[in-house]
Parts: sequence; C-alpha cells; structure tokens
Amino acid sequence: MSQVMLPAKRFVVSSVSSDAHMWNLVFLQLLLEEQGAQVTNLGACVPDDLIIEECRRSRPDALVISTVNGHGHLDGLRLIRRIRSEPDLLDLRVVIGGKLGVRGTENIVFAEELALSGYDAVFEADAGIDSFQEFLGTLDSAERTEIEPARAAA
Amino acid sequence: MSDPVRISDQNVSRVAPQGRFSRHVRGTHARGGLVVQPRMGFADLDTMRKGLLAVRAAEATGTGTITLDSYTRVNDHDSARQALRTGAELNGFPLVAHGPEATRELLDAVSGPDFPVQVRHGSALPYPLFRAMVEAGVDATEGGPVSYCLPYSRAPIREAVEAWGRCCELIAAQPEPMHLESFGGCMLGQLCPPSLLVALSVLEALFFREHGLSDISLSYAQQTHPGQDMEAIAALRRLAGERLAQADWHVVLYTFMGVFPRTPVGSFRILEESVRLAVRTGSERLIVKTPAEAHRIPTIAENVDALEFAASIASDEAGRTARTGATDSGIYEEARLLVDSTLELAPTVGEALVRAFGQGHLDVPYCLHQDNANRSRAYVDAAGMLQWAEPGRMPLRVERTASRRPVSAKGLLTMLGFNERRFDREHLTHGHLRDLQYAAPDGRRSLS
Repeated sequence: MSQVMLPAKRFVVSSVSSDAHMWNLVFLQLLLEEQGAQVTNLGACVPDDLIIEECRRSRPDALVISTVNGHGHLDGLRLIRRIRSEPDLLDLRVVIGGKLGVRGTENIVFAEELALSGYDAVFEADAGIDSFQEFLGTLDSAERTEIEPARAAA
Repeated sequence: MSDPVRISDQNVSRVAPQGRFSRHVRGTHARGGLVVQPRMGFADLDTMRKGLLAVRAAEATGTGTITLDSYTRVNDHDSARQALRTGAELNGFPLVAHGPEATRELLDAVSGPDFPVQVRHGSALPYPLFRAMVEAGVDATEGGPVSYCLPYSRAPIREAVEAWGRCCELIAAQPEPMHLESFGGCMLGQLCPPSLLVALSVLEALFFREHGLSDISLSYAQQTHPGQDMEAIAALRRLAGERLAQADWHVVLYTFMGVFPRTPVGSFRILEESVRLAVRTGSERLIVKTPAEAHRIPTIAENVDALEFAASIASDEAGRTARTGATDSGIYEEARLLVDSTLELAPTVGEALVRAFGQGHLDVPYCLHQDNANRSRAYVDAAGMLQWAEPGRMPLRVERTASRRPVSAKGLLTMLGFNERRFDREHLTHGHLRDLQYAAPDGRRSLS
C-alpha cells in the first residue's frame, strides 16, 4: 500500500448485473480514496446500461469491476463486449477482479477470455491485492499500458 | 438434564404449527432436536434432485434447500434460460426458467412431511418468482422487503415493500400458505450490530403479519462474540413472544455469513460454535456452512458432511447441562426502541419502513443501497463484541470512549476477517488438539 497517486484520479467502482455482494465494493472504495482518488461507487447488481451511462458522464481514469458470485465470467464478458462496442468507450481503462467463476482456483481459465475481450487487466481472487496496486501504479503514465493477459491474471 | 431453564422455554410460539414446514421444524424442536439445513443450489434438475436426496439421506434431521441462481434473483430469466440451453455454469437453480411444472415434479420426488424444502433466493422484486413457487407447491421461502432489497438490489425500497406486500397476500390466499422466513437478522452478513438485526427481523415479521401471514420465522446470523449472540437471540425471542402472539413462529440461526475461516479445523469450529449457540438459545433451525465456503460453492458431499457434523454437535449439546454466558449489553432495549420508534412513523409497517430508511432512522452500516443513509458505522471491540461506532441519525445512545477515526481499507479487512483469524488460529498454529474454544464467560453478567 505504498503507492501514492497524484490527486484527483477518478474511478467508477461497480459490481456486475447479477452480483449482490457489497463488501468487496466497500473495501475498494476505501482503498482508492485513501490514495487520493475520487470514487463513484455504483454498488451491487448494476445493469450494463447504468455502468456505461456513468462512464460516459464522469469519464473516469478507470472503471473497476469487482464480482465474487461466480457469474463474473458471464456478466463480465457481456459487459466488456458492450463497452468495447461503444466507439467513445474504446479507450476507457476497464479492469475486473474477484471470484470469476464457480470453480475455485480453476477460475483462472476464464481470465484469458475476459482479457482478450477487452479488459485491461483481470485479477482472480487468489492473486491478492498487490497486482491491483501494481495496476494503479500504471495509471500515472500517460499511455494505456499493455498488460499481457497471462501475467495480469497470474 | 439439570436445572437452568433453556431460554426457549420462556419464549416460544403459543400457536400450533400450521404448514408442513413449520410442523417439521417445531415438531423436531419439541422432541429436543435441531433442524439443520444446507445452502444448496444446482442449475440442472438432475444434480438438484441428487443433492436433495443426499441431504434427505444424511444422518441428521434436516430440511432441503433449493438456492436459486443470481439471474433468477434479479428477474433476468432470459439469461437463465440461455445458460440452461448453452450449459453455461450458473450458481444456483433457475426455478422460473425450469418452470413450475418441472419444479413440482422435482419436489414431489424428494420432499415429504419429514423433509420439507425451502426455496432461497435473494430477490427484491419477487412476484414472478412467488407465482412460480406457489404453482410448484413449494413448502417455504424467505426474504423480506428490507432484507432482500437493501443488500441485494437496486430496487427502491418503496417498490420492494409494495412487491413483498403482494407476495405475502398471494401466499396468504392459498389453501396451504407457504412458510415465510424473514432474512432481516442477516443484513450484509457481518458488521451489523445485533440490536439492528433483531429489530429488522421483528419489523419484517410484523410486515408479514400485516399482509395476512401467520406461519413465519425470524432469523439471526452468528456474529463475532458467542455471549453477545446469545443475548441477541434471547432479545429476538422475547420481542417475538411479545409482538407475534397470534402467529406460528420460530427462530432460525445462520452460521456466520461473513469472511469464512479458510482452514478445515477453523471452519468446523465456527460451525460447531453456531450449533451450540443454536441449541443453547432454543433456536429451532440452523442454516449451516461448509469448509468449502471460503473457496467456492460446496459440493453435495461437503454439504452432507457439514449437516452430519452439525447434527452430532447438536445432540452433544442437547445432552449437556444448559449453560448461559450471555452478555447483558442492552440489546433487547435497543431493538425494542428501534422497532417501536419505527412503527410510530406511519400507520402501516410497510410505510414505516420506507420512512425510517428515508430519514436514516434505520441505517445499515456500510450498505451502499441508494435508499440507505449509510451514515452509521460499526466496529469489533477489543473483547470481540460488535459495537456501534457511529449511529448516524438512528435514535441510539452511542458511547464515544475514544475519538474514533474513520475506518481504513486495511482496518475494514481486519474487522471483516475477525472470525477468520479467530477460528483459523488453531489450525495455523497446530494447536487444534487443545481445548481452547469454550472458555468460561469473561465475567459479564449472565441471563440466568
């Protein structure tokens, strides 16, 4: 947690449409705010349209999707395809993390497809928070960093 | 068994059990047993049937559970149907997508007077689901206008109150009304102080009564301190006894629903503590968790193992001298205050709940729902008890012993992981052969 971000980085934090879990979202908001970021927390069970609308409205530095109900590989995939089909959101940084399937450690099988479908990074739960912190560090560089799916997911 | 009277003997429903679910649960309790129940839901009919039959065959007095998938919870039945077509993995049983007829066939094949089945869902606007459940002849379900709205949806609480009112009336109009359990004692799974859990469980039960139901149960979820939990369940029973005199009611305890121990020893220990808590407080039913919980959705065999373990602990505890050890921290008084002052806000329970949350008069700590004020805060104190740090606009007196800083992300994780550390410690330090778990009460006054 040694990263210090420049002030006023803006994040949209959200669950996916079918996921009702909340503590992961509360934690991420606190984590980001402690590093000086502004956070719009959309909460649980957020429809794709609402996420897209909020990203258009607030143009965040990154959209952070967190999901732990095991439907991440389905809802997360549909969401990123929708986002990347909107020309004005092609460049939006979008990451997803949590428990992405119902297979425990084998959920890693879903990471590659999610990354190939447009997520800038995929964080399976077992990877811990360090890789997410690493990602936050890359936000200060002007360009979007290419993150290899395999490495980001490992 | 010798003397001290178990709490249940003072506060039990005086109304005869009504439906099949209640008859089974209260009948078991009357015979000195505890009904144990899994959380279990599989997408396809065949696996679901196998799961229910395995639970039925377990060495435990149980009830069956059909947990629904997340698409069905949010009324996205098309996505559920598509998943059934493509074989995509769902996290539960899509009851509406399977349809009432297939569900009825499933229930007919597995359920009976000694094995009723509850459908568990998590839907804030469940009218389509309730219609399907009524048509399928489901024995019991659960939820409530607050407990399934604030933590699990984006639906305005006013819409949830309206929808749940219609659902209750639909059930009440049936010749054999389904049993309905309030999930109000489980808000967000952890870090909600007991007085608010008790108050919400009672308020939702009163809402069910207002809409014509009399076959109901009230819930409470194990938190961080066994003595405090004993006090909370006693408060819940006392309030239920006072306010639900004309109803057939019982109490269901949930094994801890928050961040779960990751070691096998730790997970069985926390389950054991919840079983003993259930028996000591006279709770009639217990919903268990399994060692797989921290990692993934449990298998059928893991569910059966957890149920059989729980049943064996329950029988051990029932054979022991009744013990108290409850704290005396004023949970009953605080819960009663929250219930009464909420009911004063409007002529109906439903409208009172809408106004109470609108004004922050009820406020669930950390809950992000747009209709929750989210100004209240809670913390785990040095003794492991769950306390208010900040009441927001709730009418509670909160002692400010020290200037408390807002919780940090790390501090939040530490509080969320309190039970994980408490129960995993033994396994991680290889001390699990020592009898560390059931130390004498720490000098707090007991209920007896």
